[in-house]
Amino acid sequence: MPRSAVYCQQKRSRGADTIMAAPKAGRFQRNPHAPQRSVLTAKRKPGRGYHYGRAEGGPFSELLEKKMKYQAFLIKYAEIGVKGKNRYIFEDALVKRIGQVLAPVEGDFIVTKENGRIYAIAGEEMDFDEAVDALQHVFGIAWICPVVQLQDEGFDVLKQKVVDYMRSCYPDGGFSFKMQCSRARKNYPVCSQDMNALIGEAVLEAVPTSHVDVHKPEILVCVEIRDHNINLYSSRIPGAGGMPAGTGGRGMLLLSGGIDSPVAGYMVAKRGVTLEAVYFHAPPYTSDRAKQKVVDLASQVAKYAGPIRLHVINFTDIQLYIYEKCPHEELTIIMRRYMMRIAETLAKENGCLGLITGESIGQVASQTMQSLVCTNAVCTLPVFRPVIAFDKQEIVDVSLKIGTYETSILPFEDCCTIFVAKHPVTRPLLHVIERSEKKLEEKIDELVKIALDTDEVIECR
Amino acid sequence: MEAYLDNSATTRVAREVQELMVQVMDRDYGNPSSMHRKGMEAERYVREAADRISGILKCKPKELIFTSGGTESNNMALIGTALAARRAGKHIVTTVLEHASVTAPLQFLREEGFEITQLPADGRGTVRLEELKAALRPDTILVSVMYVNNEIGTIQPVEEIAKLVHTACPKAVFHVDAIQAFGKLPIRPKRQGIDLLSVSSHKFHGPKGVGFLYCGEQVHLHPIIFGGGQQRDMRSGTENVPGIAGMGLAAELAYRDLAGKQEHMNHLRRHFLEGIHQLEGLSVNGWDETADGDAAVEKRAAHIVSVSVQGVRSEVLLHALEDRGVYVSAGSACSSNHPAVSRTLKAVGVPGDLLESTVRFSFCPETTMAEINYALEALGSVLPVLRRFVRK
Repeated sequence: MPRSAVYCQQKRSRGADTIMAAPKAGRFQRNPHAPQRSVLTAKRKPGRGYHYGRAEGGPFSELLEKKMKYQAFLIKYAEIGVKGKNRYIFEDALVKRIGQVLAPVEGDFIVTKENGRIYAIAGEEMDFDEAVDALQHVFGIAWICPVVQLQDEGFDVLKQKVVDYMRSCYPDGGFSFKMQCSRARKNYPVCSQDMNALIGEAVLEAVPTSHVDVHKPEILVCVEIRDHNINLYSSRIPGAGGMPAGTGGRGMLLLSGGIDSPVAGYMVAKRGVTLEAVYFHAPPYTSDRAKQKVVDLASQVAKYAGPIRLHVINFTDIQLYIYEKCPHEELTIIMRRYMMRIAETLAKENGCLGLITGESIGQVASQTMQSLVCTNAVCTLPVFRPVIAFDKQEIVDVSLKIGTYETSILPFEDCCTIFVAKHPVTRPLLHVIERSEKKLEEKIDELVKIALDTDEVIECR
Repeated sequence: MEAYLDNSATTRVAREVQELMVQVMDRDYGNPSSMHRKGMEAERYVREAADRISGILKCKPKELIFTSGGTESNNMALIGTALAARRAGKHIVTTVLEHASVTAPLQFLREEGFEITQLPADGRGTVRLEELKAALRPDTILVSVMYVNNEIGTIQPVEEIAKLVHTACPKAVFHVDAIQAFGKLPIRPKRQGIDLLSVSSHKFHGPKGVGFLYCGEQVHLHPIIFGGGQQRDMRSGTENVPGIAGMGLAAELAYRDLAGKQEHMNHLRRHFLEGIHQLEGLSVNGWDETADGDAAVEKRAAHIVSVSVQGVRSEVLLHALEDRGVYVSAGSACSSNHPAVSRTLKAVGVPGDLLESTVRFSFCPETTMAEINYALEALGSVLPVLRRFVRK
């Protein structure tokens, strides 16, 4: 029996086991052979339950030991792939952003786009963990695959190299795996199917405790024969997802010092939107430390979103004027209406196409549906509220993930809470609020103008 | 104009001290434990500082342990004594007016099985001797009292307390937290009956990150930091030579013409208090000689004035004054989310509505009358505005 037949035999018997062990797998029973063959030759589709190695999603311990081996990352993107003729715009933006985040990382990376894939190739020995961390902050990346790049020294050498790789990456053995070979260079002497069988057999022989599982392998070993080299990889690390920074226009984020607004900024930036931010500062009622906290939050979001321009607006006089003239329980809602007005003016001046807030229905008095109607009424630009239907805990979970939570919970007062009424209106009526605002007519336009003129801009990166 | 009236938080490092420290860092940077000449040179600075300070305290240089500052000195004094005397008894007496660097280690000792008695104070922040007398027991091993309170400036009758402690419990150790007192009052541990004395350098124009603990030779102290055995095994770790040298010089400068400096600060204080009393809705916490008579002068430190301001939150007042270049500190750090009310202010009976409306002004010998006047003027001008806008 030829060796490759052993491999196929094994494969088949595994398939049979699966069928017997899974009585409900009716669609397999109809034609036990069909799915095996189709899976073997089919292009990988995401979300089919493949596991690219044990590193996925967990600590990269086995990679840590072997990080010396990897010289490059293969960057896989999900959503950009379905774009049409303008796909290059997204790819170029992604290449640019990857270049930016890898610039300070040890490794002298070159980021290239070739044949619809993006590679980050290290020119020298790289700091693996730092590079992965940097890449995980880039929107538009679905998966990060650390790659070993080999030269073509003949098929036998390749086979040996794959065996060495598997032995060093998974020294404990006992894994199930599947080979997925492909040849972009069609004049390579061995065809993909034969490569699968022959290399798989070599691995099986070298690691007797391993076995092949073509349906749910623990490790998917990819070998790609390319024009100038051969890529070998078996693990993939989840990326941040979303769309590359700078491909989705510009938005103005209303940033307070709380938990919700940085999360809202992150979520919109994830869709490729470039952020600007505005913070309403109320000295002496809010301190410089509160302002620093907001700068820190913006910088943390900027790690994902790219540099953020933060506008600091001195809101004290407007706030005190409203306090003097309007009913106290309407203070917060009227204040927020002026914040929206100012944010919109700033947005229009800076080419932003929408406002972004961290509002969530019913969280506080100023975020009930009725209140949202009142604050929304002053805006002509669309207002994006990505966390509108999130529970607080869900927002907290995101903020923990993106690293803003610790800063958000520092106990500095923001301008929304200083004069807050004991019982603010929770169901404001728009015409009542508008009537109250009439009392401000005398001075408010001038105060708003002063606030806009004294706008302080801080670059957060 | 600017008026820095937060000298109890920290002070500017004196010019001469800065120059000395640069010299140590730049030229004589050796490790005092090194055997070679460079090491000797560095050691000389440490000795010189010890000589300067022991000259002030009238003690022996070897009775000084250099530390990283007031907090470490207090920790070492309390935990070190408790460890050394744990077989003799487990009772420790302190007051309700102490700084966190005393209460926190005591809390730790409480969890380790020690019993802590906290003495109350009268409405001016002075400990009542009869209550101390009642609290002392045969198994009392340690009494810890703050010399000058950091929030309201009250001076405790340290000598009377020492006498009482040493007669009632001859074996007990008497620790004094003198962080706000050193450089402001004459201190003679041996004559005053003080066994342990904590001092921090940056409160008297020395550098931050350095301080010392006076530990009388009769006191048995257990080290709390272990390592290379520096400072006679009491506090391992390479000495902070530039810091120690700077502190030595700063101490000498602070005690040069102390009487003149005290007079200057008394003068500033009286003027400031008069100004405060002319403003509406302000009250002074602790001893106030303009109200309590001249006998109060002996009972308070000149450099600390605690003022409660009706109807204004301290944090807001602080930032409003900051806007005008007047730097003070809030009686207690607080915010709407985390109210942390000062225990000291509570203990001296400051009413609830004023607890979050108290600020501290603190002077140094360099403070000028012009600064005081400017601060009073700033206070007078911000108060009406701030009072107009309050949370309803």
